[in-house]
Amino acid sequence: MKPADRVERVPPSGIRRFFELAEERDDIISLGVGEPDFSAPWSARTAAIDALERGKTSYTANRGRKDLREAIASHVQRYDLEYDPDGEILVTAGASEAIDLAMRALVNPGDGVAVPQPSYISYVPGVTFAGGEPIPVPTTAADEFVLTREALEKSGAADAEALVLCYPNNPTGATMSRDELAEVAEFVQENDLFVLSDEIYAALTYDSEHTSIATLPGMRERTIVFNGFSKAYAMTGLRLGYALGPEVAINAMNRIHQYSMLSAPVTAQYGALEALRSCEDEVIEMREEYNRRRRFVLSRFDEMGLDCFDANGAFYAFPACDSDDEAFAESLLREQGVAVVPGSAFGEGGEGHLRVSYATGMADLREAMNRIETFVRKR
Amino acid sequence: MDAKRELLSLLLSNAREDTADLARQTGLSESEIESQIVALESEGVVRGYQAVVDWNNAADEHVEAKVELNVELDRETGYEQIARRIAKFPEVASLRLVSGNYDFALDVEGESMHDVSNFVAEQIAPIPEVTQTVTHFVMETYKKRGIEFDDRDEDDRLSVSP
Repeated sequence: MKPADRVERVPPSGIRRFFELAEERDDIISLGVGEPDFSAPWSARTAAIDALERGKTSYTANRGRKDLREAIASHVQRYDLEYDPDGEILVTAGASEAIDLAMRALVNPGDGVAVPQPSYISYVPGVTFAGGEPIPVPTTAADEFVLTREALEKSGAADAEALVLCYPNNPTGATMSRDELAEVAEFVQENDLFVLSDEIYAALTYDSEHTSIATLPGMRERTIVFNGFSKAYAMTGLRLGYALGPEVAINAMNRIHQYSMLSAPVTAQYGALEALRSCEDEVIEMREEYNRRRRFVLSRFDEMGLDCFDANGAFYAFPACDSDDEAFAESLLREQGVAVVPGSAFGEGGEGHLRVSYATGMADLREAMNRIETFVRKR
Repeated sequence: MDAKRELLSLLLSNAREDTADLARQTGLSESEIESQIVALESEGVVRGYQAVVDWNNAADEHVEAKVELNVELDRETGYEQIARRIAKFPEVASLRLVSGNYDFALDVEGESMHDVSNFVAEQIAPIPEVTQTVTHFVMETYKKRGIEFDDRDEDDRLSVSP
């Protein structure tokens, strides 16, 4: 048996190789983790447990429970997003499923999809699996990893059908302001692209308010917004996300979803509903804690002379190391027992950088930063 | 969260954190942190710094008890006077006036149950205003001053994940 060509076309993830290296030893401090170090708020957990105890173990509506969709519609109003829970919201098994559905539902074979780089590792393979052609659009440290019109033009994104956005960004921690997004929105409209906007880290925006590109004039009808419960509510393993978009797009995505997933896990849906209803304080506490760590990490990189822009979102810093980030990360792991992810694992433009997650406790973070400093000073 | 509250929260979780790290986390300068701490101390907001000790791991004999105390007041003697007298005993680690079925809640510490019982029987109970004492020995401590005493949960997240 031989894997299909579209699978063969996708190389193994760069992150996988590093994961295997890190797994070889059990004494490391890992700053390579892309998920919160908190547990889901207790009330969300008990709601999920309670649902199980009451025997709520069936499928739900393909689109997700109506009460959850209504709660999502109400929740996203904080970002000035208005969506009809009946036709414009789809609850999925994580935001990742939603993104995959959008790629498959909206990208035709051969369609170009512009993907800013460096980026979360699933976008490019997602485009390929959907039969599309990824068009990398580099973002640079000089621009603080913000997507610019110039980069879009240079990379040939004008010929694309779609553009992927992810702000706050994994792996860089960059965010985009309304003005910066407006420049992108103008390009998108001029060239008739649609936008797949992954806003899973929206709640983890620190010194500014999160802006969704869908709220810009003329963008709602050409944007699918993705969000979920993994990051803000520390519910990664419960796999619950959602997509917001025009009815025609959500219907198309649901057509695939109803055959592939049928519905998102019902237990997680009950947990998520409770998270939206009662866990705002916990989200604020977690954000405040991340923010303290963010300041700490950025300040330490500055002191040790690793250039790092002011990463204002998610829970990642993206400092420059030297040209060979893989060698740097590998030596750091072997010599100091600190795992970080080489920036090149996230695609073009990531080279020469490291993704440093601060989703770990202060004691470990302090020790890890001391070890990184020792490593840097020795070089 | 304002700067003072944030600093208090950081000091509560780790009072030994050095000013440089406090500055890095809050975005304040080290000198601002230092002056804030001086202010907190001089205003009586921060009353002291102590270790949170897990005596089970210290291999020393140590017993703690919660003591409920009822008192009877008269024209000459109020809660304040009684409290001042009791607070002087080194065995009394904390003393608070509380609402509810009794008046004072004490944390009493000693090297043995005998020590603690004797102290309550011989020093506290005979105070003229004290009408009743109820002593609860602490059998096990799971959490103290916000710090959990169980071994830290294993972090079962993958060491590298997307």
